[in-house]
Amino acid sequence: MSHVVNSKGRGGFIAGFLILPLALYLTFVIWPYVQTFGYSFTNWTGQSPTFDFVGLDNYSALLKDEVFRGALLHNLLLLVFVPTVTILIALFFAFMLNAGGRSGAGGVQGVAGSALYKVIYFFPQVLSLAILAVLFGAVYRSDEGGLLNGFLTKLGLVDPAHPIEWLNEPNFVLWCLLLVVVWHGVGFYLVLFSAAMQSVPKDIYEAALLDGAGRAQTFFKVTLPLLWDSVQTSAVYLGIAAMDMFVLVSTMTSGQFGGGPDHHSEVMATVLMRNFLYFGKAGYACAMGVVMLVLTLILSAITLRATRREHVEF
Amino acid sequence: MGSTSAHGENSNGEGFGRRDLIKRSAALGLIAVPTMSFLSACASGSDETTKGNESKVAITKENPFGVAKGSKLDVVVFKGGYGDDYAKAWEAAFDKKWGTTSSHLSTQEITSKLQPRFNGGNPPDVVDDSGAQQIKLDVLATGNQLADLTAVLDAPSLDDPSKKVRDTLMAGTVEGGMIGGKFVALQYVYTVWGLWYSGKLFKEKGWAPPKTWPEFMDICQKAKAAGIGGLAHQGKYPYYINVAIMDLIAKKGGLDAMKAIDNLEPNAFADNPVALEAVEAIYEIVEKDLLMPGTNGLTHTESQTQWNQGKAAFITSGSWLENEQLKQTPEDFDMQFLPMPVLPGSKLPFEAIRAGAGEPFIVPEKAANKAGGLEFLRSMLSREWSTLFAQQANSLTVLKDGVDPAVKLRPGTQSAVAALKAAGDNTFNYRYADWYSAMGTELENASNELMAKRIQPKEWIKRAQAAVDKATKDPNAKNNKRS
Repeated sequence: MSHVVNSKGRGGFIAGFLILPLALYLTFVIWPYVQTFGYSFTNWTGQSPTFDFVGLDNYSALLKDEVFRGALLHNLLLLVFVPTVTILIALFFAFMLNAGGRSGAGGVQGVAGSALYKVIYFFPQVLSLAILAVLFGAVYRSDEGGLLNGFLTKLGLVDPAHPIEWLNEPNFVLWCLLLVVVWHGVGFYLVLFSAAMQSVPKDIYEAALLDGAGRAQTFFKVTLPLLWDSVQTSAVYLGIAAMDMFVLVSTMTSGQFGGGPDHHSEVMATVLMRNFLYFGKAGYACAMGVVMLVLTLILSAITLRATRREHVEF
Repeated sequence: MGSTSAHGENSNGEGFGRRDLIKRSAALGLIAVPTMSFLSACASGSDETTKGNESKVAITKENPFGVAKGSKLDVVVFKGGYGDDYAKAWEAAFDKKWGTTSSHLSTQEITSKLQPRFNGGNPPDVVDDSGAQQIKLDVLATGNQLADLTAVLDAPSLDDPSKKVRDTLMAGTVEGGMIGGKFVALQYVYTVWGLWYSGKLFKEKGWAPPKTWPEFMDICQKAKAAGIGGLAHQGKYPYYINVAIMDLIAKKGGLDAMKAIDNLEPNAFADNPVALEAVEAIYEIVEKDLLMPGTNGLTHTESQTQWNQGKAAFITSGSWLENEQLKQTPEDFDMQFLPMPVLPGSKLPFEAIRAGAGEPFIVPEKAANKAGGLEFLRSMLSREWSTLFAQQANSLTVLKDGVDPAVKLRPGTQSAVAALKAAGDNTFNYRYADWYSAMGTELENASNELMAKRIQPKEWIKRAQAAVDKATKDPNAKNNKRS
């Protein structure tokens, strides 16, 4: 440790380290965004180096595109349900694992076997989305060979000649996908919330218990306020995941890049990819990309602002 | 079409993810500027070496392109539903005959493997540019990357030197390889589309292959009575059931009905009793509950495998089916092709089938051993190589009578050969799905709804016509006309 380094020299020293990452970030992250923005004003086909400038045509066409508007609606629906359901379930389990056990002589603890549960709950997070799609493809399979259909047929709830085509039912398909995302996400957020809960000093809980607080009161009056930062971050992450959904929709549902049946599971990303690579309307697809980017930024800002609260120090 | 396991519409995003796209476009942006000068230097530099390589070999009748002994041949093939065994066999035969050394690359990632080589001016000598990640031919053509293959068409055929290669090809092969008025792609695989059934199952049950629609429905009923489905289709990809619908329309209404759709006429579907009758015929299967249970939600491999296990009497598909299902088909299955049965009063006979060429082979313009590449294509159009392909890939080639009759083919391919013979000139092939992808997709969506009993035939017709009317606004609509 040198005490001689003055602040000016240190600035240069740090900048020296930052130039390379910054350059990488500019070329690999910012520059593609800028390019996309530029292409969104052209009729580029994605297959040829030549294109014309068409002004705002792509954006005005986007406003009239019913498929894209439907997709936007689905994204918004997911945006409401994915974070809410995931966070509620994760919070509940995390609380049970960390502070929900019988209050024995020692004070605050999780339910019996909570260390094991934590590991098990984390399993889904280890699987990649591609594996998940295959896994749940088998669960939702539309004939008797599907896990759900096989199970329901055995119970006599489903006629084997007319199995439920889960992912081919306009009313089910989006919820089926939602379930996969929640199943996948809960474990991770459970671990995240667990870590946050463990950093809450035990004596606060003990004080609450001494004052006669039940489990529910402990949760709402103690745990949740102290976890608010984590919950807020989770909401932003899950919100962004809900705006994406590309991998699951494109592999699990019918249609070119998914979105079926008849656009009932369409999300913005699948419409974008279909236009980009299949219909040869790359300029139009770039306009969709810009809209997605702007929406995601707005939503992150709103979420962070709406959930802003006073920090509780402990 | 016909690009086997990765038929365009089936690539459900496995091949080319968005993350890859972003990564690639970013990478392109990064390298584009600094590499420009480097690439141009490369291109100009390699000119001299290619000149050196194309040594003066005497051009003779036997060696019309001047292949040099001891030269190298660089072959890249798409390893899809046809595998790559056939290509290895070809290369061995080529090396033996010409004393060349072939290098072999089989891949599914044609674009990512070859783009840098095309840009760098050192492309391979022969490319099977197929699959979900094929480099679009029109892009290559615009960039002057494709060699003119007319010389191959005009060269003497290896089987009968008194004939030109062009006279030994199936109808439609030359047209299928023309881009901008030049013959630049050899569409090598000849595909037929229609229904398929198990010869063994039909023999066991005493069913005769149906020729008319009532006979077809009768067998579906009998199948249902026997506890299996009548028709299976690859529900997750409605492309397949559209083959059935469109075949019925073409057979009932004749070629004019087909051209009306391809030419986007205002009455292609609307007020067209032929179209309505065809859709109603398909819908009858749904209404009478004769589909294989759950087939609407299955992928192509899932439903084909179910059909292989005897869970349905018929399935719709193209002739890549046999090779695609090779591992799942029981030994004694006896796969058989069946042209679409005809509706009463059809203009085309039962024997008429949808047939066409696919799987483009190209020779790059800047290939180091262009002569070798051209000779390779000429050899592909010999009966010996065509037979090798039919045996190894269980599919037909565009060479007329290209399979040695002494060779034992698998039953499905054999039945396709027989059907093609019986059809004679009665073949047809739709173009709309290649010309107007958006329209194709909308027809598929409508069919998916129809098969799930969520819309009625009249509504299907309405949606189909709306898709046609929308496609007329496509800028390509004025170039794509057929007569």
